[in-house]
Amino acid sequence: MKIGNFNLMSYRHLPDDFSEKYESVYIELPSELLDPVQMNIDYNASLDELEFAESVGFDMLGVNEHHSNGYGMMPSPNLMAAALSRRTSEASLLVLGNSLALYNPPQRVAEEFAMLDCISGGRLIAGFPVGTPMDTCYAYSTNPSELRDRYYEAADLVRQAWTRPEPFSFHGRFNQERYVNITPRPVQDPHPPVWVPAGGSVETWRFCAENDYVYCYMTYFGYLSGEQIIRGFWDEMKAQGREPNPYQTGIVQYVGVAETREEALELYAEPAHYFFNNCLHTHPRWAQPPGYVTEATARKKIQSQVQEAARRAQLKTNALDELRGQTFEDMVEQGFVLIGSPDEVADKLREIAISQNVGNLLLMAQFGNMSSELARYNMELLGKRVKPQIEGIFANEWEHRWWPKKLASPAQPAELVR
Amino acid sequence: MSSPSERTVEVAGGPCRIWEKGDGPLLGVLPGLGGAPRWSPFFEELSQSRRVVVPSLPGFPGAGDQHRDIDGHLMWVSATLDLLEAAGLAGADLAAASVAGMLAADVAALAPGMVRRLVLTGSFGLYDNDDPTANVFATTTEEAVELQTARPDRYAEAFAPPDDEEESAEFQILQYRAAEAAARIFWPFGERGLAARLHRVRSPVLLLWGAEDRIVQTRYIDRFAAGLAGPVETCVVPGAGHQAWIDEPEACASAVVTFLAD
Repeated sequence: MKIGNFNLMSYRHLPDDFSEKYESVYIELPSELLDPVQMNIDYNASLDELEFAESVGFDMLGVNEHHSNGYGMMPSPNLMAAALSRRTSEASLLVLGNSLALYNPPQRVAEEFAMLDCISGGRLIAGFPVGTPMDTCYAYSTNPSELRDRYYEAADLVRQAWTRPEPFSFHGRFNQERYVNITPRPVQDPHPPVWVPAGGSVETWRFCAENDYVYCYMTYFGYLSGEQIIRGFWDEMKAQGREPNPYQTGIVQYVGVAETREEALELYAEPAHYFFNNCLHTHPRWAQPPGYVTEATARKKIQSQVQEAARRAQLKTNALDELRGQTFEDMVEQGFVLIGSPDEVADKLREIAISQNVGNLLLMAQFGNMSSELARYNMELLGKRVKPQIEGIFANEWEHRWWPKKLASPAQPAELVR
Repeated sequence: MSSPSERTVEVAGGPCRIWEKGDGPLLGVLPGLGGAPRWSPFFEELSQSRRVVVPSLPGFPGAGDQHRDIDGHLMWVSATLDLLEAAGLAGADLAAASVAGMLAADVAALAPGMVRRLVLTGSFGLYDNDDPTANVFATTTEEAVELQTARPDRYAEAFAPPDDEEESAEFQILQYRAAEAAARIFWPFGERGLAARLHRVRSPVLLLWGAEDRIVQTRYIDRFAAGLAGPVETCVVPGAGHQAWIDEPEACASAVVTFLAD
């Protein structure tokens, strides 16, 4: 089992009445609500927290890409990973990832990921997300009907750019590149492992299965919401005659650990409320660009994560009292946040991993407006008292073929000379 | 209201339905957002004095999902030309609304002789940063309806799903597909450089607009008129929104017939 510390890096200072006063955390967030001086503190605090996560034993440090919002403050996760690559040395760097269709030309992704792989000495996990509708179709104006085909084509181009030894030309539907010959090439041979963050579309099951990529279900709503989706991926794998190696899946889970369940209930209620009420407060108008959800998926009646979040936001607008009534206990009950003592959390994570056959847990130990102090407490308990209980799961039965191949003796940063 | 005759042609690698009804001079009609899921009072009214031909653009109701293989504006214009020719509409009069108006305007600009007289209703194609058209695809479902129509009752008649559960599901899928096709044509602004080609439209043009068009507001009538080189007439229909043909079918049909008779 591999266990990551994933940080969305939500903006931590939205006003208390944000979700009542403002329509959406995405696309139309007023700039006066975001303080750049505060971001100086927060970016550094978040990097410190991720570095701390390595020191308490997490296998990987996760960052990702979002635009024009207060839900995830990393429009360029590559910059965060670059900073992490200098002050960490063991953990894999999970950049989950670069929304491929947004980069023109897509070689930019191949180049930056290759640089990260070189700087970190082969610790990169390259994430290939399609991206949320808000990020891709509204913040970056990509045509929703073309988005997926642009994504597939870019994924193909990036993989070729990493692996083809000679300069080549790429004449695609959307990308015409006369000379592709990126520098540098990634350290990992043939290329860094590719993990795909997903929201539950049938196409992504197929894409991951066919290309031997890791399928990561990025749920805000916990392990219960993930069961059906992960099962769908395994069904697709079976249909393609592929082995059910648990390391080919990952799942996000919000977690709050304390010495006792009661203490956890008290400690994590505020950041959970903040996250679910403010950071997911996306107006439905930004969640439904036609074509983003493919017809096949629409037919399967799988509601995307975003629509679920938007629906909740709308519910709140229409029925404030109903959601105001949602207690932290309700969120825990529904599986949004997993809380408890180290033993309780370990038991639950073991159960999730085994029942869903998931070999990579991406734990959100820092969420919402959680203080750095509390995040470190949470991470330390997770790293030192939960992880040892579950890290052995699957280890003897399966090979993790999607884990970075770190250099044996990577270069280290020199001592600062002032 | 009797049914039109129906045939299918192959355009851009997929089927496109052609409805036809009435006698008289040929008139092609290209519906806008949502396409034409059913024969409408507007078509019926026109068919009283014209031989009305209603082709389905790729991705719209009556057509297949070949819109997903159409990349970029030039391919869309080319597919529209193919469709008009396959429907026997080369050289005929043409009325086009909204997203289809944008394609029809380019057809008229780039293929002289293809369109005898052109009617544009709530047409996309121009965009001014300081006076933007509304984004119908940045709305909730309810807001999208409010933006499109000034007559929700008539809009509901045109776009209400059938009662049967299975048919209803399929109808909704096809409406989702039509929305995707429209988005594919015009995301994000409904503007693909038409302003630089509009002067090439030499056919007489009627700019027929709903007075309450909340998407491509009536202010855009002047912008179109200023760019066109040939004769231009305008007609603003009271009580009609962006889906003017659905909101006020008789008034719109009457304006079209009068203009084409000139």
